[in-house]
Amino acid sequence: MEGSHRCADLSERTMKKYISFFRLRFNMGIQYRAAAAAGVVTQFVWGFMECFLFRAFYEADPAAFPMEFSATVSYVWMQQAFLAVFATWMMDNEIFDMIKNGNIAYELCRPVSVYRVWFARNCALRLSRAALRCVPILLVAVLLPEPFRLTPPADGRTLGMFAVTMALGLLVTVSIAMIVYALSFFTITPQGLTIFFTSAMEFFSGAIIPLPFLPQPLRTITELLPFAGMQNVPLRIYGGDLAGTEMARAVGLQVFWLAALLLLGGWLCGKGVRRIVVQGG
Amino acid sequence: MITMEHVCKSYRVSKRSAGMIAACKALFRRETETVQALSDVSFTIQDGEMVGYIGPNGAGKSSTIKILSGILTPDAGTCLVDGRVPWKDRIAHVRQIGVVFGQRSQLWWDVPVADSFSLLKDIYSIPQSQFHNNVEELTELLHLEELLKTPARQLSLGQRMRCEIAASLLHDPRILFLDEPTIGLDAVSKLAVRDFILRRNRDHGTTVILTTHDMQDIEALTRRIILIGRGRILLDGSLEDMRRLAGAAGVREQDAAGAQGQDTAGAQRQETAGARGQETVEVRQDDPAALDRIVARLYEQLHII
Repeated sequence: MEGSHRCADLSERTMKKYISFFRLRFNMGIQYRAAAAAGVVTQFVWGFMECFLFRAFYEADPAAFPMEFSATVSYVWMQQAFLAVFATWMMDNEIFDMIKNGNIAYELCRPVSVYRVWFARNCALRLSRAALRCVPILLVAVLLPEPFRLTPPADGRTLGMFAVTMALGLLVTVSIAMIVYALSFFTITPQGLTIFFTSAMEFFSGAIIPLPFLPQPLRTITELLPFAGMQNVPLRIYGGDLAGTEMARAVGLQVFWLAALLLLGGWLCGKGVRRIVVQGG
Repeated sequence: MITMEHVCKSYRVSKRSAGMIAACKALFRRETETVQALSDVSFTIQDGEMVGYIGPNGAGKSSTIKILSGILTPDAGTCLVDGRVPWKDRIAHVRQIGVVFGQRSQLWWDVPVADSFSLLKDIYSIPQSQFHNNVEELTELLHLEELLKTPARQLSLGQRMRCEIAASLLHDPRILFLDEPTIGLDAVSKLAVRDFILRRNRDHGTTVILTTHDMQDIEALTRRIILIGRGRILLDGSLEDMRRLAGAAGVREQDAAGAQGQDTAGAQRQETAGARGQETVEVRQDDPAALDRIVARLYEQLHII
């Protein structure tokens, strides 16, 4: 009885360490107001451009598209509002710097798991950026005139599923980023890795165009890849494009890939840490 | 207790000459050189000791500290710190140690220093009362009052170093590794930091291992010196032992210079080489740079630069 109590106490303290990392990074993230304001403007311009572009295509032949126009518009606005949650190119540069300049030495002098610390930092970085950016974008997007208005989800259940899959999507995104960090232990400079990974992920995650727009069999293949579990699932659930058994399957895949990516990343990171040589000084 | 036995570590370093032609050649053939950072390093340090670890640039000081703090895995040899192998038992090991790398920063760049401290409190699960007392003590001894609310990026090097040292001691480590802790400090801060390290050792019994190029640090803090050069331990003893070694080396130098036509005097000098060396050095002791000169001569004479 006492043993299990102590165990619970221990794991609580362990959790507290990582929550503390999360909190500090989050607090740090929300102090950059000017960057957030600039981000909001950029995302608006980008969102409008995309909406106009899709509208031109839809006007030519609405039957040629697998998603309703309203669902596509919602996809675009929600994507812009929560860009920081899913954007593949939004890596934590401080981690790359740490690996390059050797400050990782201090990271290794702490009684913490490097993988978990970086995971917590990344979640905090993304959420702090999204927290500042999403509110103005969502507010304006719901007030826009038809057909560019962001429509609320069909029902509470859809909204709930959106929230759950967005959380899963964040974790999948971060666990993929973790693999990039772990790989940069081996390559010293992260540039090549990030260019390769982000360009592949932008396409396969549905950041450029929604995955249903892809021709078969490319669509089926991309929907099976881990990258589909990032923004594709939550954004399509929100607009009502993904529902029923198809949705259940997509969520199942998200969970499967999350588990696989966590295992792979943890293993790689462990190997990298043991291999690392902090040079100089 | 810290024991290191027959520890070896080598690095591969890529080399090429400057210039375009060499750069083009390097496209096809890379030249790498194996640098022996540590060869057969052994020593034992008891609890509560203060040890100065000195040697010229690139001697292997930092490599030793990194191995002892669990960051670096040696190629061969054994190392035990309080019964643990640092790089194998990393998490349990680092709980007991504090490390200051003078050339790196552990403080979060963009937030006030106090925020970094409270993160450390959670990382090491430091109880509130202990944390409070430590912060108070460290703030007073290292004069941090004004600095705690400032973001680390806006501190000067010396101010930051004081905060770094405090940050490494919040969890009451049993062993403290200081890798050039007085780098960039002004005279007042240097004295404060030295005084502080002494007190820490006296009041808390903290084992301190210190690398530095500032011989005054060594003089003020340590009774035991480990001198390392080209990855080998050359001397493990007191400041006196080092003076004697340098004195012997110095006399030989003087002999060579004065050898022309003064054979008898030279022979006499040789007989009393040890004692004389000590004398010449001790005369110079009021000179603040004396110890620096001794060390420089030692490095030169032992061909370890």
